[in-house]
Amino acid sequence: MNAPGDTLESLQLGITKRYGNKTVLDNLQLDIRKGEFVTFLGPSGCGKSTALSIVAGLIAATEGEIRLNGARVDHLPPEKRAFGMVFQNYALFPHMTVFDNVSFGLTLKPLSKDEVKKRTDAMLKLVQLTGYEDRYPGQLSGGQQQRVAIARALVLHPRLMLFDEPLSNLDAKLRVEMRAEIKQIHSALGLTSIYVTHDQAEALSLSDRIVVLRNGVLMQSGTPQEIHDRPNNVFVADFMGFRNFFKVRIESVSQGVAEGIGDGIRLRARAGSDVQPGAEMVMAIRPDDIRAGAQIAPGAEDVSGRVEVVEYLGREQEAAVRINDSTRVWLRTAEALRNADTIGLQFPTDKVVLLPAE
Amino acid sequence: MRAVANDEKSEFDALALFCLLPSLLYVLCMFVYPFLYGVYLSLQPPKIDGFSFANYLAFFSDPYQYSTIWITFSLAIPTTVVVLVLALWLAYGMRRGIFMERTVTTILIMPISLGVILLSEGILGFYGSQGWFNQMLLGLGLIKEPFILTHNYAGVMLALFMQQFPFCFLMLLGYISGIDPSLERSARMLGATPSIVFRRVMLPLIAPGLAIAFALVFVMSFAVFPSAIMLGQPAGTTRTISIAAYQKAFEQYDMSAASAIAVVMGLCQLAALLVIILFRRRLSPAATMGVGKR
Repeated sequence: MNAPGDTLESLQLGITKRYGNKTVLDNLQLDIRKGEFVTFLGPSGCGKSTALSIVAGLIAATEGEIRLNGARVDHLPPEKRAFGMVFQNYALFPHMTVFDNVSFGLTLKPLSKDEVKKRTDAMLKLVQLTGYEDRYPGQLSGGQQQRVAIARALVLHPRLMLFDEPLSNLDAKLRVEMRAEIKQIHSALGLTSIYVTHDQAEALSLSDRIVVLRNGVLMQSGTPQEIHDRPNNVFVADFMGFRNFFKVRIESVSQGVAEGIGDGIRLRARAGSDVQPGAEMVMAIRPDDIRAGAQIAPGAEDVSGRVEVVEYLGREQEAAVRINDSTRVWLRTAEALRNADTIGLQFPTDKVVLLPAE
Repeated sequence: MRAVANDEKSEFDALALFCLLPSLLYVLCMFVYPFLYGVYLSLQPPKIDGFSFANYLAFFSDPYQYSTIWITFSLAIPTTVVVLVLALWLAYGMRRGIFMERTVTTILIMPISLGVILLSEGILGFYGSQGWFNQMLLGLGLIKEPFILTHNYAGVMLALFMQQFPFCFLMLLGYISGIDPSLERSARMLGATPSIVFRRVMLPLIAPGLAIAFALVFVMSFAVFPSAIMLGQPAGTTRTISIAAYQKAFEQYDMSAASAIAVVMGLCQLAALLVIILFRRRLSPAATMGVGKR
């Protein structure tokens, strides 16, 4: 067997995890390249943290293998893999100072005291914690603790960085700031990272590639743009903020546009060549992509309906519009809407996505 | 705002004090008063008017009496160390749960529910020279002479171990399983082997619990009485300090001298506790700052 080497060129996963009869990870196949920022996205219980722990070596896969630069590493204990990990609750050693926390991994290597101090100081400077060396974790804010956790992993120059929902314990404002910092550190240091989150905004802003998981099954993998604009199933679409789903029957397909009728309305969406008339499918659109009221030329509306609920969101409002007895549509608009108003709606063809029926 | 906050605080304190009252009364009546009365009694030997240290002088000038201090320490310290090491080893191994954990735990803590006397009787029957243990070894031809495990130092050690181990194990298991498991994982991710994780991360965090366990086990072992009589040699090698006090009180009817011995015993226990507290501070300085505790 050849040694995996000091740097990561590629990481191949093919892993399955079962607890008794329950499959929490069903043959997850993934190929990660040097420098990539890959995010595992999904609701709690989808297997994303399990997958990360298996990559880390903290739990063993039931079946499958992990290859680093072509060599198997799944038999190695976590301390031999040279991966760095940042935990959701930071997991700082409460009995050690910031300096001791950050230098912990270095002290386990054959390095001189001066070298340990030099590297630790440099890392503390990078995460802007110079001056906090003698504090204990309990004396730091959440954001500072997270920086220590990141510094502690980075100081060892890990081949791969693993982030397990690192921002979910922070408040909204800090979360956005730390997100930018993580992204910056990732590119500045040329890291390869796997990031686990249930927050779609976090996944979109950080990733080169997003892997959406559900009940241990890979639902879709692609760039943030692909996942955001062209989800290929109802689950991913729902998770990425599509709120309007219509069960339709495809009436016609011509010039890459499919027309479907269902739930009392007629919709058009871009379709691939594999879509056949007569197929039962789902069409979906985001609330922000529906055009309403004065945005539409008179007579150009696809359907009209009665406003039932209006939620004020600041710059705009989200409203539920009833278009027939069985169907309500959610839309977002900057227009002032009032309950019981009647408005026209338009579903732009290039914003409607066509999905297989569940 | 501040005044309001203060008002709320003082109101709360009054309530807290009121709720504390029963336990304060209990401590006063059942501990502070008897203790002070014992000290007072020890300073008033029957044949002397007024206060005198005669009892203490008598105790410390008679080798038959003062040797009980050494005897008791030589029983209590080894017992405590053995109990602590084994309980720590087992509790650490069980910190993430094991197969049939509840059954195993129940069996381990069973001796608590049996009482000292029954336990001592059991040990006498099982480990005595005619007991099953020796019969079995003799029958298997593994030994020629029975092991003498009762009516000596070993017997008392054995009894103390069985009494103290369950308490200590339960305490440490609770303490260790309360430590955030992700600390261990993060240490592993930083390159630490399991033994380094134990030494540098877990042990310092367990240290406060270990100190408390040591203190409790030691104090209970130091006061050993029934098992020292039933399983030991109460006139010789296991004549502990509590036996000395008992003899003064109920064989020679000298309550004053007995009180003096009891006070000496208390001071010995206190001295050991002080050593433990100092040692604990050295072991994990952060824990004393209230940072290491969860």
